[in-house]
Amino acid sequence: MYFESISDALTMAGHGPYVWASYGITLAVLAALVINPIQRQRSARRAIAAEVRRRDAAQQKET
Amino acid sequence: MWSIVHKMGSAPWFYRFAGGLTRWLLPIALVALAVGVVWGLLFAPADFRQGNSYRIIFIHVPAAVVALAGYYVMAFAGLVSLVWKIKMADTAMRAVAPIGAALTFIALVTGAIWGKPTWGAWWVWDARITSMLILLFLYLGVIALFEAYENKAAAAKACAVLTLVGTVNIPIIYKSVDWWYSLHQPASIKFTGESAIDASMLYPLLLNIGAFYMLFASIVLLNMRAELVQTHRGANWLQKLVSAGGR
Repeated sequence: MYFESISDALTMAGHGPYVWASYGITLAVLAALVINPIQRQRSARRAIAAEVRRRDAAQQKET
Repeated sequence: MWSIVHKMGSAPWFYRFAGGLTRWLLPIALVALAVGVVWGLLFAPADFRQGNSYRIIFIHVPAAVVALAGYYVMAFAGLVSLVWKIKMADTAMRAVAPIGAALTFIALVTGAIWGKPTWGAWWVWDARITSMLILLFLYLGVIALFEAYENKAAAAKACAVLTLVGTVNIPIIYKSVDWWYSLHQPASIKFTGESAIDASMLYPLLLNIGAFYMLFASIVLLNMRAELVQTHRGANWLQKLVSAGGR
């Protein structure tokens, strides 16, 4: 590691807040970008599965 | 050749293809990003002039590079959608826009945070920064324009035209640091000749650029799959696939 201690790495000789804030914002935005489509896909697929089950149950009742 | 184009345009084929690809591409991208971030934050040496603030480069440059490359992808998809009326190209175009906007936002915000300790100002109306701000508005414009239309075929056409016109901005962004006297530093990595950056900083930077590219591709595919599953929810192939629990 480049820094001597953890507190050294956190303060980065005064630049710590700038650097850590940049990384924090970036990782938060990237996480949201990945999670959003996965969740949309999951909920849409759940709705399709429920719809198929409902239709199959209705068909079985008829026969 | 045409059979590949034909397959790419088929929703069932593309849905499965994208699912198979993201399954390994996304984990690789995330691991590469984790390694690159830790390397850049804690292991790369400090810059002899800027000190530690320069560590922002390891996310600022990859975000900016991929935000620009993403615009080419979006414009190409727009062109294909406009000329050949392929629906999948239209889906791809709209899948890129929010990611491009987010990456441009990251580049601008990390640039502002980097500017404060380095230039003494959060924001300057410099050519590079202003043209990047226009890039953000182009990405947001595509998203807003599509929502503004009731008729989605007309919306796709309008978005494609907007992306193609906006392509003019891309070479301006690239060349802005050379054309105008600018606060923003010129490119340190060169394809020809010696790079003006030491290997101890270049390797984590290149790793993160690769990670951002892979992450971009993964999220484009994820967005396209989410869109396909919504627009094809009445389709037989999708209902069968979902009931069987397939990817």
